[in-house]
Amino acid sequence: MTGIGTIFRKELSDHFSSYRFTILFALIAMASLITAYMAGIGLREELAGIAKPKFVFLMLFTATGSLFSLVQFVAFFGPLIGLLLGFDSINRERSSGTLSTLVSQPIYRDSIINGKFLAGVVTISSILLSITLVVSGLGLSLIGVVPGPEEVWRIFFYLIISIVYISFWLAVSILFSILFRGVATSALATLAVWIFFSFFIPIGASVVANAVVPLDIQKQENPELLVKRIKLERGVSLISPMQLYNDSTAIVIDPTRKTTKAFVVMGPLERMSQERFQRPLELLQSVHIVIPHIITLISITFICFGLSYAIFMKQEIRSF
Amino acid sequence: MRGETIIETRGLTKVYGSQKAVSDLTFSVKEGEIFGFLGPNGSGKTTTLLMLLGLTEPTSGWARVAGFDPLRESMKVKRIIGYIPENIGFYEDMNAVENLRFIARLNGLTDKVSTGKIMDALETVGLSDEATKKVGAYSRGMRQRLGIAEIMIKEPKIAFLDEPTLGLDPEATTKNIGFIQALSKDKNITVILSSHDLKQVQKIAARIGIMLEGKMIAEGTFKDLTQEKFGVGDSRISLDDLYMKYFQEV
Repeated sequence: MTGIGTIFRKELSDHFSSYRFTILFALIAMASLITAYMAGIGLREELAGIAKPKFVFLMLFTATGSLFSLVQFVAFFGPLIGLLLGFDSINRERSSGTLSTLVSQPIYRDSIINGKFLAGVVTISSILLSITLVVSGLGLSLIGVVPGPEEVWRIFFYLIISIVYISFWLAVSILFSILFRGVATSALATLAVWIFFSFFIPIGASVVANAVVPLDIQKQENPELLVKRIKLERGVSLISPMQLYNDSTAIVIDPTRKTTKAFVVMGPLERMSQERFQRPLELLQSVHIVIPHIITLISITFICFGLSYAIFMKQEIRSF
Repeated sequence: MRGETIIETRGLTKVYGSQKAVSDLTFSVKEGEIFGFLGPNGSGKTTTLLMLLGLTEPTSGWARVAGFDPLRESMKVKRIIGYIPENIGFYEDMNAVENLRFIARLNGLTDKVSTGKIMDALETVGLSDEATKKVGAYSRGMRQRLGIAEIMIKEPKIAFLDEPTLGLDPEATTKNIGFIQALSKDKNITVILSSHDLKQVQKIAARIGIMLEGKMIAEGTFKDLTQEKFGVGDSRISLDDLYMKYFQEV
């Protein structure tokens, strides 16, 4: 146990004292403050004269000011936090020769990688927590509405999902830092994977759907085909962790959203119930809808970490 | 106890792909002695050390370090071995004290215990003045001395020093060799010293082993080996001569 604690403490202090962290944090804090401020100002104008709106506080996170909402921002750029914290975690130690010092000390080899991952997760959590608190504080003073307990819980769930999501990218980058000897190579590889999943999969999904179910906009098409196409497109886009994250946070933080499905795909009864019952969902119901998404996010994080773990434990020391 | 066997191997073999890095190695090191571990680059010295540390799995063969199996009881073995790899690495953005404290913590020493030890060790190797300097600014010689300080703090039974004098100027080399000798004498640490600096090895090693292409081609005291090769146990013959003699024969 002494091994993992010592490594965890060192990694954590390394993270917090590094320039990389300072710059990253400054950037993210700035962006989130600006989005929250714009959302707050917008909300204040919109809500002027309305008696007692529901769940206003959550809109701070979801309202798209002039650019994007805070939730969208974290979905897009959150992965960068994870990637930047991990892309050189093992290969830098290898190239500077400290890895062989570490493995020859009386600690289990897995405490090195566990300690590093844990320190990364704690760093991610503290970044996200502090940003959420700052945004909440700013929102309080801007719109003057105090969040109810349910809103606090929803924000809490949002935080947990975000931490898991960014930890997934941390696991990816640690995996690459084990696989690739060069720090620059692993940085590039992690960036490539991030760009692939975040930008290309959404585009690729519609390309695939179009190829499988070609639709002509000009002609009136069979609605069944249309439904098939949209289902396919969604299915493909769910390969991207970003899509999983977007879906789950959208439902958790917005009580009026009741399904991740697109309107066209719903059956007639489902559609009717959506229109007739406008009451917001209960918190647990919202969580219930996205529990598959959340479980998938958690499992891909663990698969990724497990893979790094297995490779790291088996790797030949000789080349250190 | 001096004189008892502390490291022993029988038929130790390590194969990488089609290449035999170490083949059928049998040798032993006695407690408290300095064992000069010689041989050209790539002759399997480092692989042998890694197998003894439990960091590399032997393809076949048997090894014991202080009675422990390096593979099965690697924790116990790592606790009693201090290893300085050929390219010793420290955290560049931490200073000497921080680096040593980190190692001490990994070895389960509390900061209370280690602080005094760290200061003493840095004093001994002459780094007290640079103790708060970042290791990134250290010269090669200073890093090697810091490595020796690391051994002093860990206080192992056995020290594996892989090329501790590589790339050092003559003065630094002499100094380092002096520290290594002190480790062995004052703290009764068994030292396996791998080096190409034959003159220095000759000065301090009680026994030597010469490796070539994964095999130990000679093992014994300097005197015995010169007796065997030159017929005289003469101190006029240097280790260089002996070393070259072995290679000419192979």
